[in-house]
Amino acid sequence: MSEGVIHENTLYAEPIAHIGNFPITNAMLNSWLVLVIVIILAILVKKNLKKVPRGLQNVMEMIIEGFLGLFDSVTGSRKKSLKFAPLVLAFFFFILLNNWSGILPGVGSIGQIALIGGEKFFIPYFRGGTADLNTTLALAVIGVVVSHILGVIATGWWHYLNKFLNFKALFEIPKKVLKEPTILIVNPIKIFVGFIEIISELAKIASLSFRLFGNVFAGEVLLASMSAILAWGLPLPFLFLEILVGLIQALIFAMLILTYLTINTTKEEH
Amino acid sequence: MLAKALAIGIGAIGPGIGIGLIGAKAMEAIGRNPEATGKILVPMLLIAAFAEAIAIYALVIAFSIK
Repeated sequence: MSEGVIHENTLYAEPIAHIGNFPITNAMLNSWLVLVIVIILAILVKKNLKKVPRGLQNVMEMIIEGFLGLFDSVTGSRKKSLKFAPLVLAFFFFILLNNWSGILPGVGSIGQIALIGGEKFFIPYFRGGTADLNTTLALAVIGVVVSHILGVIATGWWHYLNKFLNFKALFEIPKKVLKEPTILIVNPIKIFVGFIEIISELAKIASLSFRLFGNVFAGEVLLASMSAILAWGLPLPFLFLEILVGLIQALIFAMLILTYLTINTTKEEH
Repeated sequence: MLAKALAIGIGAIGPGIGIGLIGAKAMEAIGRNPEATGKILVPMLLIAAFAEAIAIYALVIAFSIK
């Protein structure tokens, strides 16, 4: 290590190269690599599918069987589980491999030294893809937007719109006010609840992205500070903890997306 | 520096209590029905991770305070 080089864990992913004005950050490079791994794995499994599974296919079938069982407990029917499984499992595997790639040796420790404002900074070539808020935000936005699109398809746009801007309740007031006067109190509350729904949609995106980013980033900082205290042996239990956290966070993200998908595609009855 | 310490210090109180309650209830449930250990463990871990996420928000804020 050369002297005077600043090592720090930045909140943002550092750019390592530029294409025109477009910066290629280290987190992005890592998530591309993970994408390549996922695609290769998918092709390998797909290429020789057999009636009697062996080896890799066996492992994948076991994982997917387990997941479908878990999904059934959320969606309530195998048909819905099978419909949502491709998207949710794609989220799961992408996030899982991204989380785990952050603790591989070499990720975050091999890099270049760049001059920024007269000071020498160490910039790693790789950084766990989900340790960048841009990645997790993108994933959360994709998940929530898809849940809305499927919700509109499943329940119809008028019904869906009324969940947020409750015109139905507004039009009901003059029609039914003579028969049941309590509607004057109940329906404004329903309309207000619609506004709260809009805010909760934004909160969904924020909490999904911050939860994942925070957990993975905090894990990286934890490992870095533990290695700074004593590099021999001390980080080992924390490495194990990070493997567990990576798995649990990927599972939580996938299950939450699945819950949103299920809630939005189910017609609520009054 | 003090702001960082306060952010994570105060922010960790609530989730700490929360995780404690989750663990206590899970143990209670296992004590009542030891056969259900496998069924209780996974939801318990998931919910503990939810509670932990709140502490993580505080941690992110603590990191981002300059």
